Amino acid sequence: MRPKVGVVTFPGSNDDRDALRAVALMGAEPIPVWHQDRTLGGVDAMILPGGFSYGDYLRTGAIARFAPAMAAIREFAEAGGPVLGICNGFQILCEAGLLAGAMIRNRGLSFICRWVHVRAEDRTGEVLEVPIKHGEGQFVASPDELVRIEEQGLVAFRYCAPDGSLDERFNPNGSTHAIAGLWNDTRNVLGLMPHPEHAVDPDLGPTGGQHVFQWLLTAVRDRVPA
Amino acid sequence: MKFRFEVVVSLKEGLLDPQGKTIQDALPTLGWSNVSEVRVGKHIELAVESDNEAAAREQVEEMSRRFLSNPVIEDFRILTGKKANR
Repeated sequence: MRPKVGVVTFPGSNDDRDALRAVALMGAEPIPVWHQDRTLGGVDAMILPGGFSYGDYLRTGAIARFAPAMAAIREFAEAGGPVLGICNGFQILCEAGLLAGAMIRNRGLSFICRWVHVRAEDRTGEVLEVPIKHGEGQFVASPDELVRIEEQGLVAFRYCAPDGSLDERFNPNGSTHAIAGLWNDTRNVLGLMPHPEHAVDPDLGPTGGQHVFQWLLTAVRDRVPA
Repeated sequence: MKFRFEVVVSLKEGLLDPQGKTIQDALPTLGWSNVSEVRVGKHIELAVESDNEAAAREQVEEMSRRFLSNPVIEDFRILTGKKANR
């Protein structure tokens, strides 16, 4: 049976359709979830897509975290359910306290929309080519939190040169420690600023995003039933 | 009674403020080359219906902590509005 992967739509989400399409391309069943929904319809994994939920008013993700669907997503995540937050979804997870840190304006102030390379900080060290498109993607955290993140190996992806080496010139937004993606303590919640859902279809360009969806589907398969 | 407050939210000290830096970098072009420490924050005005000011202020503190600011990156100050109704 194909795993069911939910994608939540907030007012102002704009990558939800791409995420649903990517889920289908990766062989799973896409399930649309509405921000007013109080249940997730029995999904096996959840995606918080990119966009500008609630117009990014106050702070990115600050208002979306109070949506009814977020209460269900929090419960799902705390029970060990795999959750992927992309761009605005990452920002929402930070605001909700499901991931550490926060995002501020890009170092150069400009909105950035282009392809970058990120390195998976796991045994594979795989370098993925994926697009970013954000104005507030500079990851920051308190010094204590950064120490904890690094000691526990919670960095999932770092911006890097095409050959995988770390080089501040390839850190597009000035993120601390070039952090592009982050795990929670239990590694079932992943947030990342790049957009894997735009990089899964070989007809359209690089397919670095498949790596991320494969993690999500592997996490579903390997999840020990609670 | 209605009590008015102003909440000033600012980026924590030590965090680079790209907006503040850009403004600061633009000032010398207008002839002001003696300005430093420019920081950009948010200013939020609000009115709270309450029996007394202390309770209203406590509420504003709580909402500032939980919602109006993000403690990871921001500090806040609460000012009592000059126009507060009696």
